[in-house]
Amino acid sequence: MSQIFPRSANAIVRFSLVGVLLFGGLVASIIGMSMRSDYVTGANSNVDQPVQFSHLHHAGGMGIDCRYCHTSVEQAASANIPPTKTCMNCHSQIWAQSPYLEPVRASWKTGESLVWTRVHDLPDFVYFNHSIHVKKGMGCETCHGRIDKMPGIQQKSSLQMEWCLDCHRNPEKFVRPREAVFTMGYEPEGDQLEVGRKLVQEYKIQSLTTCSTCHR
Amino acid sequence: MLDHAKEEVPGARYLAPGHNFGSISDKIAGIITGRTPFSWFIGFLIGFSVLQLLLVSITYLLFKGTGIWGLNNPVGWGFAIINFVWWIGIGHAGTLISAILMLFRQHWRTSINRAAEAMTVFAVACAAIFPIFHTGRPWLAAYWLLPYPNTMALWPNFRSPLIWDVFAVSTYATVSIVFWYVGLIPDLATMRDRAKSPIAQRLYGLFALGWRGSALHWQRYETASLMLAGLSTPLVLSVHTVVSFDFAVSVIPGWHATIFPPYFVAGAIYAGFAMVLTLMIPMRAIYGLHDFITERHIDNMAKVTLATGLIVFYGYCMEAFFGWYSANQFEQFMITNRMNGPYAGYYWALIFCNGVVPQLLWSKKIRTSVLPLFGVCMAVNVGMWLERFVIVVTSLHRDYLPSSWGMYYPTVWDWSTFIGTMGLFLTLFYLFIRVLPMISIFEVRTLTPAAHAKGDGHHG
Repeated sequence: MSQIFPRSANAIVRFSLVGVLLFGGLVASIIGMSMRSDYVTGANSNVDQPVQFSHLHHAGGMGIDCRYCHTSVEQAASANIPPTKTCMNCHSQIWAQSPYLEPVRASWKTGESLVWTRVHDLPDFVYFNHSIHVKKGMGCETCHGRIDKMPGIQQKSSLQMEWCLDCHRNPEKFVRPREAVFTMGYEPEGDQLEVGRKLVQEYKIQSLTTCSTCHR
Repeated sequence: MLDHAKEEVPGARYLAPGHNFGSISDKIAGIITGRTPFSWFIGFLIGFSVLQLLLVSITYLLFKGTGIWGLNNPVGWGFAIINFVWWIGIGHAGTLISAILMLFRQHWRTSINRAAEAMTVFAVACAAIFPIFHTGRPWLAAYWLLPYPNTMALWPNFRSPLIWDVFAVSTYATVSIVFWYVGLIPDLATMRDRAKSPIAQRLYGLFALGWRGSALHWQRYETASLMLAGLSTPLVLSVHTVVSFDFAVSVIPGWHATIFPPYFVAGAIYAGFAMVLTLMIPMRAIYGLHDFITERHIDNMAKVTLATGLIVFYGYCMEAFFGWYSANQFEQFMITNRMNGPYAGYYWALIFCNGVVPQLLWSKKIRTSVLPLFGVCMAVNVGMWLERFVIVVTSLHRDYLPSSWGMYYPTVWDWSTFIGTMGLFLTLFYLFIRVLPMISIFEVRTLTPAAHAKGDGHHG
């Protein structure tokens, strides 16, 4: 009886056995990495806005405090998008004729709000409150990145649940003194974990990880 | 049941006299290479038609959701879990036969283990359908059930017995398939050598993994199958123990009982052996396998059925006893409600099928005459299903709060899904009979005198 399989069959079978494992690992890693990629999370890409507003200029260059515009960040869930009036406080005098500010003046005249594009869009099934985070010593920078260096606005964090839990499970890794919450480029005095542990105690920060903390 | 050391050829009495290596191979392999009996087509057609019922039911389920089933509050667990436990339990006999009886060197396993293991694999496949489709969105089942490093940084709840179930059943399915396949390799090589068409030669040859029957191959085979038997043995006990934890870990009256694990394991083996007999008796008659599946085999299987049936019946008695002895009004109510409540008919039918009917097996005459034995086994199959129905439904439908009492009525779709899985099982089993040797050729050969020419007496 002649042989059914050629000699190479053995090698092919062995190669396939290893190949299946490698291929499976490859597929799993590709899925794992792509689920965390900027493409999926929307991080690190510029978002077009109706006005070419630069945080680099306003927060970085001029040194305007975050709270000048985002007025309710210490009291409410939402940090607040300022009304056109806030822009006009300065821009009725400065750059009052600039073509870049035409949409702002139009809004001011008609009373129609500017329609900004949301950058940090959490899913609707998540409850998030800015004020408690500010109160417990979470810096703006921790989630939003170096806003003072962004000419166009970008989302810096993945906003995925693992990212939330990274801090909720170990707040000492990120907490900073209350007076430094609005500081950009904050450096801890000494070891972050050491400072962090002290602050966690002092501010009575609970590691809230029950489902209903956020999914209410 | 035990072989005697004095016997000249170990296990020879489990093979009709006059057989040699060639005649065994010719007979068993001939079933596949020869003409397919007409009854095969009839049986396959029936199984395949019923399988279509499953496909229709599942398709409709995917369109509409689990609302088409009779699940409600308070009975949040209905047919899905009943049928899951029923199927998983049936599989256990295959593992017991292939693993535990192998370790105990019971020669009567050699001619029944192949079909019993096939039954295990197919029963697990049928069982898996229920929890997976019970999730409502089966395409997300892996995402919900399996732990993997996801972007939510969340793991399944490891304290829940439902996740233990996922591991228990998937391990069981994997080990069963591997064990079954490894045991098939020498026979696949036989089939490769006997196959006529080049496609069959290549397919059998591919799965035979280049088996040539050299001494080295056999030595490796023996080691591998011994190791797999060792791996499977704890699974016989652990899988249904974990399944019983689904109930026992809860705080529902009638479920929260320490007797559940052994009671479930015994029930599984009991149901499994009844199912093995249900399959073997017709298979033996249709294919004329009386030489290999002798009266002794049938007798032994019936004895195991009787023994495990008695353990199960002891479990029923203990449930009633615990209900009374607990002095807990909820437990007491549960057992009275089981016996006198709206589902009393199911309970007494269960006691009749699982407690009374198997007592017939005390008689050797019944154990060795196939028709009455087949009837007893059918009663056990029904009884074991009723047992799960009674456990699941009677405990849930009236628990602590009388204001939330209710009734459970399975819908047409519950039944069609359940009957449909029988179609899946039959289809798979008929295909198995058609393409694979339903009795292990090489293991039956070890029962012949020629296999013991040197009288070593210690052959697998």
